[in-house]
Amino acid sequence: MSIFKKWRGHSARRPGSGQNARTTMAAPTRWSMPGLGLFKGLAVTARNMIQSYYRKERMTTVQYPEERAPISPNFRNFPFLCYDGDDPVAGLRCTACSICEKECPPQCIYIVLDRDENGKSLKRPKLFDIDISVCMNCGICAEVCPFDSIYMDGQYEMSTTDRFGGLLLGLGRLAKSADYHMKLRPLEASEVVARRKADEEKKLAAQAAKDAKAKAAKEATAKAAAETQAAAAGKGETA
Amino acid sequence: MISDLANSSSSAAPALDDDQLLHVSLGPQHPSTHGVFRMNVALDGETVVSLKPVFGYLHRNHEKIAENATYLSSMPYTDRLDYICPLSNNWAYANAVEKLAGIEVPERAQYMRVILAELTRLINHTAFAGFILGDMGAWGSALMYAFRERELILDLFEDLTGARMMANFMRFGGCRNDLPAGWANKVSELVNGYGAFLDEMEDLLIGNEILLARTRDIGALPKDVLINGGITGPMLRAAGVNYDIRKVEPYGIYQRFDFRIPLGGTGDCYDRIMIRFLEMRESLKILRQALDQLPEGPFVHPKAKIRNFKPPVGEAYARVEGPKGELGFHLLSDGSANPYRYRVRPPSFINLTLLEDMCLGLDLADVVVILGSIDIVLGEVDR
Repeated sequence: MSIFKKWRGHSARRPGSGQNARTTMAAPTRWSMPGLGLFKGLAVTARNMIQSYYRKERMTTVQYPEERAPISPNFRNFPFLCYDGDDPVAGLRCTACSICEKECPPQCIYIVLDRDENGKSLKRPKLFDIDISVCMNCGICAEVCPFDSIYMDGQYEMSTTDRFGGLLLGLGRLAKSADYHMKLRPLEASEVVARRKADEEKKLAAQAAKDAKAKAAKEATAKAAAETQAAAAGKGETA
Repeated sequence: MISDLANSSSSAAPALDDDQLLHVSLGPQHPSTHGVFRMNVALDGETVVSLKPVFGYLHRNHEKIAENATYLSSMPYTDRLDYICPLSNNWAYANAVEKLAGIEVPERAQYMRVILAELTRLINHTAFAGFILGDMGAWGSALMYAFRERELILDLFEDLTGARMMANFMRFGGCRNDLPAGWANKVSELVNGYGAFLDEMEDLLIGNEILLARTRDIGALPKDVLINGGITGPMLRAAGVNYDIRKVEPYGIYQRFDFRIPLGGTGDCYDRIMIRFLEMRESLKILRQALDQLPEGPFVHPKAKIRNFKPPVGEAYARVEGPKGELGFHLLSDGSANPYRYRVRPPSFINLTLLEDMCLGLDLADVVVILGSIDIVLGEVDR
């Protein structure tokens, strides 16, 4: 029973804790006043009961659904797909690369790539289904997505009476605007927007540089051609 | 061999004819079994003559699922092993993969991991104190007080990881995201207030005559039996065996912190309860130091890969001191994106193996207390 004296290699002192840290915590021996321990415990219970009427942090009940407890800004639930602009089809960031489909632990994502009549990839999903009756809200899809397309939603009232169709989210219910993302997680979304903007500018600059280079090359060839022509004409004249 | 040792030392009732015994099937849907766990108990009057555990009701094929999924995809499944303390499980698995692939973990991530693991230990032991009181019939007060405090830590987890329990937070080479602004201060506040809660809980429990009567001299086994049975964690230390992986084989940055390993005397159920309270005090000590020293820097190794992660061919076993005992992951890699073999060494399951030896010769009511004192989570026992 002498558990608290058996600190191997240490003194029997207990680590300091709160205000009323005792130096020993030995269990009361059998000859202590019977009922004292019970009485002490009852005092704790009574104190807690009384405090539950006036201490703010003890009054935690919220009258759901009239009232709602605020959710943490980091709270994640099922995923959604992000689109830019107003058109949920044209603005969809998803390119149907299937990385999330591969990494999804419970394999609840199903993607079909959209192709034109020649079989060429259109880099957008024809079908993008997430079965949220299987989804485990882990957030790995959002983490591995290289196109800033899939994010975790904060919505938690998803119950439905339609067991199969109601829990299988297609593109229509998954696609949500970039503004929604911005409202949901301002910190994450603004970072993403800034990065995408920078990427876009970089791409534009690269394209412009490429264009300029091509133009310069074209001009140079044209100039060279003109010069040879002129030289040939000059030669003909002298002849 | 284990049960031979135990039988020789415990006061088992003399064997009776089978038809004179009362066979009771305790569980699987029984509130005292902490989940879907069944015990087939043979009773001679009130005395336990034999006890056969039956489990597997929550078997989910965790190991085989992990062998058919990428390394990263298994991370959220580890949350669901011991769902009371998901972040310790995350750490154990991340440790194994980091050992396998030789990934460095930056300083800040190391500190974050220690803070999260010790908070998890607080959650587990607090919930344990509530559960075991529930097992003894004190349903209500103790469990509700424990869960009230647990909820405060879960709120912190939600702020950080996005989920109260299924955190899925550690990554190979660090953590998933950085601490939100002000999070560390919130933890300091909680740590400073936690000592007072522990004092309150101890007032409620330590001297309580009913608790003493129900837990003293119950379920104790000799040290050699426990060691031979592979028992780890608070169960083993309550019997006085100085074995804590944080000290024996320090992982992460535990060697930097100043803390002690509390040891018990006899290893009965009372010691098992009290050892957890002492461990919580030590966890608070580690938390204070870690929060003081928390450095700035990256929270994940800059070269850590999340897509297309393929560790080299090899084998690794890494273990951590989970709140319930030694939690280990054994990984075998063939160089592909999925582990070739994935094995979990779950503390709850192995601590449960000596259940019969602890219960023989005692009353049926003691079985419930002993099972509670082992502190099992069926998600981990059945996997």
